[in-house]
Amino acid sequence: MSATDGLLGDADNDAGALLSDQQMASFVARGFLRFDAAVPDDINAQFMAEAGEAPEANPGRKLRAAYGRLLAENAIPEIAPGTPLYRAYREGSALQRVLNLPLVRGAIRSLVGDDPVFDHHFLHVTFPPRYHDAGGGENVSQHTHQDSTIDPRLAFDVQIMYYPHAVTREMGGTRFVPGTHLRKVSEVALGRYQNIRGQQHMVCEAGTLLFMHHGIWHGGGVNLSDRTRAMFKIRLHASGSQQRQWDVGEHPTSISQRPIFYVKGQRPADTVANILMTPEPWFEQDTGRLEFVNRIKLWRYLVADPTWDADYWLTRLEHAPRTLA
Amino acid sequence: MPKGRQKVMVLYLANSALDSPVIGWAVYDGTGETRHMAGDNDTPPYATGLDALKGGWRLFQASQLLPHPRGEEFDLAYLKYEFFFEQWIETP
Repeated sequence: MSATDGLLGDADNDAGALLSDQQMASFVARGFLRFDAAVPDDINAQFMAEAGEAPEANPGRKLRAAYGRLLAENAIPEIAPGTPLYRAYREGSALQRVLNLPLVRGAIRSLVGDDPVFDHHFLHVTFPPRYHDAGGGENVSQHTHQDSTIDPRLAFDVQIMYYPHAVTREMGGTRFVPGTHLRKVSEVALGRYQNIRGQQHMVCEAGTLLFMHHGIWHGGGVNLSDRTRAMFKIRLHASGSQQRQWDVGEHPTSISQRPIFYVKGQRPADTVANILMTPEPWFEQDTGRLEFVNRIKLWRYLVADPTWDADYWLTRLEHAPRTLA
Repeated sequence: MPKGRQKVMVLYLANSALDSPVIGWAVYDGTGETRHMAGDNDTPPYATGLDALKGGWRLFQASQLLPHPRGEEFDLAYLKYEFFFEQWIETP
């Protein structure tokens, strides 16, 4: 038994390591949080054993058949959507152990509250060229997309991407575009966008976790190595409040507006306002400002303060001069 | 089989001006000599749309500028400034 197994139990009694203001602000601004090598090697090895291996490539064997056999025969269970997250996986299983790491439990609690609900999970396997050659298919990357369907909510679901083994650039890795999560698009309608400035490719050590806002634009990279690549995704959502669930530090009403445009020097980089007002390389010059507005709206929701603002963006729009009548 | 093949390049710019910076791009090569796909390059092929014209690409479509419907002024979806270019490659 590892040190992490003793943490199973009632989420109310063990919130884990809650996120800071800065981490939450970064998630609101960029749509992801990355934790490198967060899962210990023994859990990674257990997961790889439970996930199983696809049968070796054989001429004429369709890739879909090999993938389907892997999913059908491995030890990862089918789980119905709506299941309380902490009852979804068998005690002692690799995924239960991952979810009960203090870092993971704290991040989940911070993002979706204390009683998260399982939506779905999937074992994403990206095969090396020999499988495509044997099956007669083309080895290409996945089109960039936003998961599920058009989602107009301000509230958000979280997707945990778990990388149980090291991923090199040659292996592809998940590609994602920081800061795209607040755009309301229809799944792979944006597939035409092959490359976007600032896109990131997951190159990581074993046990790395990526927590993503459900709306972030992403896709699987093409695997040009000789090794099969695996990534496990779990989608979850809140069942109670999603507001002020992290280690709230800055009291939202105590923040005064900082000078804007005409600024004489560097400003502290780690304030919530500065994090939320940091643009991405792909921002269009006009809609980049609307991205700031939408980040402020999401932060207002999370801190439960409809007056919070940064750099006067919403105060300016909401200011209504008095009338004489 | 008709002679000639089309190469298409789509550039997404930072505003509606053709000389504004490229923020996104895609290339589809009808000659079959190259195969471009999502995530295949982190560096844009041109710095601006104007640079693509200088590089021999012909612009054949640009996105319209549309007013913002009342109540939806802050809704963002797809990239706004999309420009389609082509090159026609003669084949034997």
